[in-house]
Amino acid sequence: MDILRRSLLSLGLTALLAGSALSGPASAEPQSTITVASTTSTEQSGLFKHLLPTFTEKTGIGVKVVALGTGQALDVGRRGDADVVFVHDKAAEEKFVAEGFGTKRHAVMYNDFVVIGPKADPAGAKGSDVTAAFARIAAAKAPFVSRGDRSGTHAAELRYWKDAGIDPVAAKGGWYKDVGQGMGPALNTASAANAYILADRGTWLSFKNRGDLAILVQGDKRLFNQYGVMLVNPEKHPQVKAKEGQAFIDWLVSPEGQRTIADYKIEGEQLFFPNAEPGKS
Amino acid sequence: MHETLSDTFSRLASLDREVFAIAWLSLRVSLSAVLIGCLVGIPLGSLVAVSRFPGRSGAVGLLNAAMGLPPVIVGLVVYLLLSRSGPLGPLGILFTPAAMVAAQSVLVTPLIAALTRQIVADAEAHLGEQLRSLRLSAWRRAGILIFDVRFSLLTAVLAAFGRAISEIGAVLVVGGNIDGFTRTMTTAISLETQKGDLALALALGLVLIGLVILVSMAASLLRAYAARAYG
Amino acid sequence: MSPALPIRLERLAYRVPGKTILDCLEATIAEPGITALIGPNGAGKSVTLRLIDGLLTPSEGTIRIGADGSARRAFVFQRPALVRASVSRNVALALEPLALSRRERTSRIERALARVGLRGRAGDPATKLSGGEQQRLALARAWATEPQLLLLDEPTASLDPAATEALEALVAEMAGGGTKILIVSHNLGQVARLADDVVVLDAGRAVEHGPTRQVLFHPRTAEARAYLKGELPWTSFAAAS
Repeated sequence: MDILRRSLLSLGLTALLAGSALSGPASAEPQSTITVASTTSTEQSGLFKHLLPTFTEKTGIGVKVVALGTGQALDVGRRGDADVVFVHDKAAEEKFVAEGFGTKRHAVMYNDFVVIGPKADPAGAKGSDVTAAFARIAAAKAPFVSRGDRSGTHAAELRYWKDAGIDPVAAKGGWYKDVGQGMGPALNTASAANAYILADRGTWLSFKNRGDLAILVQGDKRLFNQYGVMLVNPEKHPQVKAKEGQAFIDWLVSPEGQRTIADYKIEGEQLFFPNAEPGKS
Repeated sequence: MHETLSDTFSRLASLDREVFAIAWLSLRVSLSAVLIGCLVGIPLGSLVAVSRFPGRSGAVGLLNAAMGLPPVIVGLVVYLLLSRSGPLGPLGILFTPAAMVAAQSVLVTPLIAALTRQIVADAEAHLGEQLRSLRLSAWRRAGILIFDVRFSLLTAVLAAFGRAISEIGAVLVVGGNIDGFTRTMTTAISLETQKGDLALALALGLVLIGLVILVSMAASLLRAYAARAYG
Repeated sequence: MSPALPIRLERLAYRVPGKTILDCLEATIAEPGITALIGPNGAGKSVTLRLIDGLLTPSEGTIRIGADGSARRAFVFQRPALVRASVSRNVALALEPLALSRRERTSRIERALARVGLRGRAGDPATKLSGGEQQRLALARAWATEPQLLLLDEPTASLDPAATEALEALVAEMAGGGTKILIVSHNLGQVARLADDVVVLDAGRAVEHGPTRQVLFHPRTAEARAYLKGELPWTSFAAAS
């Protein structure tokens, strides 16, 4: 029967295609692969592309990085969908461990936030004091773009406003623009509007669409942004690849891993500053 | 903008194996999803078209509404199902191409079913009485109607493919945009846009549009050839 | 006697919401050959044909066909409903429920197509045929199933005179072969040429049934007279001359 033959043919074709999709890329897979939940800003900085080949070559363990928001990445860990969580929100990380979802928090490195703005700096924000800069931006009613997405960067920004004694929410819709997006899209908006914005240095350095923007404020101790890494608790989720996951964490905090992190540079600038403290959580 | 455009073409010229791999993954995932969607959606849509049961008009309305399922919601639901803590967790396919195929299948099946229902219902109005008069079984009648409208169904399949390959909400949530593993054209474009590399994002966008045009041209050729033979 | 005879329509009623289409229709068709159903639009002719085929179920009343109702039926519609496939595949579809051997199936397709003059077009797409050829193919499809009762619903309404003439010849040939034929037609010339007897329907009832000449030229009921007066071209011609 003609119709039957055609249906069988398409069925076979489906199986073939689905099969090839399920089998993943044709490249040789490492013997074992772990899944790491991390943040978009870390992924976008290009750090993993620099770190992972070295680690995989040394241990034979492949690493798949799922890049999400900090809150979402922790949630993926909570559900047992990742083996390792690598994020930057100390309070949330400590809560994650306290609830028993992670075994132990290891400090790995920090990067820093920078205040970006128009090169002409109409508000006169340039300097090394973040709260003073924010106060001047508010006083000048200069356009400012906020992430507004409850990310780590957004939380830090709100902290600086509070320190400066300013309530930006009152200025919403005016000079203060709450875009509710990730770092990249927020930077794109700031670039288009020639506005001030708080960004992490890693994303800024790898960001190409800068327009007329430049770094105006940096170096303030309050601008440091600490990264932590945790193994998802195998007692909660037995399928977690604890041995391989721990190997990745151990390597990150080892002298070799720390050196590799320090080696990552964009345009000659170091993005991340290793500060692991072996034996301390 | 001029800079971006000229840059786009220089980036296109330097497209490497990585972009090829991403495009190939997008194509495989979306075509697999569309094929699964056809296997489920075409019989389902035909069944709704030819059978009479209580609540049928409600089912038709539901099917038509499901054509507009938001990809992010589909992605989220499939994510919760495939999550280790979800009912299908033991499969262990979250953050793999298989998960993306599953999510896109859920996305395109109602689309294919709804369009099939409309197309088959029209054919049923034309052929239904004759086929029933020939005393053919209900299954056989449905089979003949599907066969009769096969060239029109191609349009439904193309629409489904277009929806699958251009969506980002579902593949991002269940695939995780893992470099070299679940990064598709759309998630790569989004990532490059976020990185502010608009030239590369645009270059990838052109590749994606080229893919869609290529597939739909192949389908149109097939349809034109078939139509010449069978009207 | 054909297994399709007699056809008894007893107190037949068919209603759709808000409308009565057939209302206590009574008729017995006992003679072989061709029986025509005529009457004004909306009288219920096509519905009666569909009820006899089993495409519709009566709201009330019964239909008895032959002694045991086992007569094989076939239906040809006003517009030939063909599948987008070859001419011979369209005939083959009709033979599927008959569970024939492959050889029997092939020979029946060939014979049916030969009878309607389409044998040379067996491999062509059915949708590429002309209107007349398509209707002949629909007839061949019915023919191949070797029906004992053939139902024709205005089969020539969309055809030109030459195609109509060709189709009428085929219908007469089938009737000559022993197939009982019921035809709905508005073409009274065609009825006069083909039919042995005529049933006149009006407002969901059979108002008159008799031999063709008698019904067409000496109708007994007022309804039949009224219908024929409006429809018979040669009566008005006769009145004018």
